Amino acid sequence: MAAVQETVDRVKSVDVDAYKYGFFTDIESDKAPKGLSEDTVRFISAKKNEPVWLTEWRLDAYRRWLTMTEPDWARVEYPKIDYQDLYYYSAPKSSPGPKNLDEVDPELLRVYEKLGIPLREQEVLAGVQERRVAVDAVFDSVSVATTFKAELAKAGVIFCPISEAVHSHPELVKKYLGSVVPVTDNYFATLNSAVFSDGSFVYIPPGVRCPMELSTYFRINEQNTGQFERTLIIADKGSYVSYLEGCTAPKRDENQLHAAVVELITHDDAEIKYSTVQNWYPGDSEGKGGIYNFVTKRGDCRGARSKISWTQVETGSAITWKYPSCILRGDESRGEFYSIAISNGRQQVDSGTKMIHLGKNTTSRIISKGISAGRSNNTYRGQVSAHRKATNARNFTNCDSLLIGETCGAHTIPYIEAKNATAVFEHEATTSKISEDQLFYCKQRGLSAEEATALIVNGFVRDVLQQLPMEFAVEAQKLISISLEGSVG
Amino acid sequence: MLEIRNLHAEIDGKKIINGLSLTVNDGEIAAIMGPNGSGKSTLSYVISGREGYTVTDGEILLDGANLLEMDASVRAAKGVFLAFQYPLEIPGVTTMTFLKACMNAQRKARGEAEFSTPDFMKRVRAGAEKLGVPQDMLRRALNVGFSGGEKKRMEVLQMSLLEPTFAILDETDSGLDIDALRIVADGVNALRDPKRSFLVITHYQRLLDYIVPDTVHVMSKGRIVKTGGKELALELEANGYRDFVGEAA
Ligand SMILES: Nc1ncnc2c1ncn2[C@@H]1O[C@H](COP(=O)(O)OP(=O)(O)OP(=O)(O)O)[C@@H](O)[C@H]1O
Ligand SMILES: [Mg+2]
Repeated sequence: MAAVQETVDRVKSVDVDAYKYGFFTDIESDKAPKGLSEDTVRFISAKKNEPVWLTEWRLDAYRRWLTMTEPDWARVEYPKIDYQDLYYYSAPKSSPGPKNLDEVDPELLRVYEKLGIPLREQEVLAGVQERRVAVDAVFDSVSVATTFKAELAKAGVIFCPISEAVHSHPELVKKYLGSVVPVTDNYFATLNSAVFSDGSFVYIPPGVRCPMELSTYFRINEQNTGQFERTLIIADKGSYVSYLEGCTAPKRDENQLHAAVVELITHDDAEIKYSTVQNWYPGDSEGKGGIYNFVTKRGDCRGARSKISWTQVETGSAITWKYPSCILRGDESRGEFYSIAISNGRQQVDSGTKMIHLGKNTTSRIISKGISAGRSNNTYRGQVSAHRKATNARNFTNCDSLLIGETCGAHTIPYIEAKNATAVFEHEATTSKISEDQLFYCKQRGLSAEEATALIVNGFVRDVLQQLPMEFAVEAQKLISISLEGSVG
Repeated sequence: MLEIRNLHAEIDGKKIINGLSLTVNDGEIAAIMGPNGSGKSTLSYVISGREGYTVTDGEILLDGANLLEMDASVRAAKGVFLAFQYPLEIPGVTTMTFLKACMNAQRKARGEAEFSTPDFMKRVRAGAEKLGVPQDMLRRALNVGFSGGEKKRMEVLQMSLLEPTFAILDETDSGLDIDALRIVADGVNALRDPKRSFLVITHYQRLLDYIVPDTVHVMSKGRIVKTGGKELALELEANGYRDFVGEAA
């Protein structure tokens, strides 16, 4: 039945779309003109042959976005973004990448090398044209490669670009898209809903344990291209999936806006583990040229005893505005948030989480490690709340800040709200500093100031690194030392 | 061989080392005694390269090389070791991890191959056993929550693993119980070597019963005011510093 319905929907959508939006004579162009309008939204939708409902969904979001104002409550400062000066769609072929690694910025290659990224993967990350990849890679808005498909298909797992899922599994997309992060959730999420480019779609059928860790490498390639990934992951009853998101970006001169939306849904007894290593260009030491990262990530523990866990290592971006959250709707559901956020140079990070306890006997755990160096500012903002009906809600929060040097700042802003008297919320916070004396002690034993700092920092973040899958943890550890380069002596 | 010639050093505008000269030969154990505040720890910091001190005159040579030109970590790789009077806590870094990082950093700096993990573990286990350092302590964050005596033992363990050519022990005996004193002294004696020299800073003659020095120096107001054999320590124990401090003034 479903398949039939799918076909019907598809035929309908193709027919209608093909004629409806002929505003652009040059529909073959790979890049929408600069700026944002209903036409831009229609262009994007038409480019993807989207069904009418989705075009309308986007347009609705766009119209609502027009009535909204950019939030200013976060502890970040940046020049006003001119939304009419950005591109909202570009396909990879419009930007011929370097032919081989010789043409890639040596500074970037140095970082890859330090990370120990294999050559082949370096080519992928640097956008070398001739390449073969083993990940579903999102290059500049369009997913160009999807692999492991056969094995996943055998298990019944759907893992594909969301643009493809719109056609292959419209009923799932329609049912879940925007069901966790509503269209009007916040300024950036609404913008994303209007112009989202592409992203991953994952569906794990009931009782299935996903046979491999799913990973995606994101890269921002084209200058002035806003990136609006949209990720949707559904774990049906009793299923499990671990999803890895890793990012790196080439050096850029102009600030780049990135406003992704990630929605996770777990049904009864299901579990999603979502891990991110984010290493986008933070800008030069003056903060020029870095990426603006305004992300909405939210998980909905819809079913009883379901579990969602976010683990993130944030080292990049000029500005990070990001609060992966869990709605603990199902009874006995559990939310976890493990975070390492590092800021150096002029970086500004305002990140944290929300744990919204709605169901009975729900539990959550937050471990946040903020490291500030240089002239950066690092704010943890966390909300834990228990609804009236959330009897026996439990939360444990541990928020540690580590300061390196005299010119950086760390701030912890917890919001705690319990409408049910049985809720027990614990909050611990510490701020420590790497002292000159500690550095001298380490140097006396033969370590350089940088080695010593890396050692202490690694010790500081160990609890969280342990939450990452092995190979990711190794990469994250290296990333941490790279991102703290130049922060001491 | 360590040679200090006419050393003058100050910190935050305060002169603390005032024309100090001292030679410690290969294989020699030299003890320094002196009243509180005479500059013993300061001397150990200037030798090992702590930042913040200004050397206004004089020189420090280790086997002829000018230490004052080198960064602290370079001096360490050259063989300078300081057992701190007040060892620092390094939260989150297990002792094992710390030891491995230090040993390999020094080996790398000297162009030697790094220790393999099993080789390293073997050395640490053996060293810890000799000094009565329990194995589970090696898995704890370095010095965090260690008792005063445990910290001192850990300093000596680090020294025995890093195998320095010139080691300074700054009041390593203070805070040690009687048994620990003996264990630590045995640890130091086991490291005695014709190519290795020690500068032992202490307030108590008792330590020198266990670590028998070749020479004893009395320090006062930033300089050496008296040098003698091990019997000088006994004399100090009996009469205090009064006579020598007078000489310096
Ligand atoms: N940063 C500083 N500014 C000013 N004076 C200092 C500073 N550091 C040390 N001093 C002073 O230098 C003198 C020598 O200190 P040092 O710690 O070297 O003495 P010490 O001989 O090791 O004493 P003790 O036997 O008590 O350990 C002391 O009077 C101390 O107060
Ligand atoms: Mg002292």
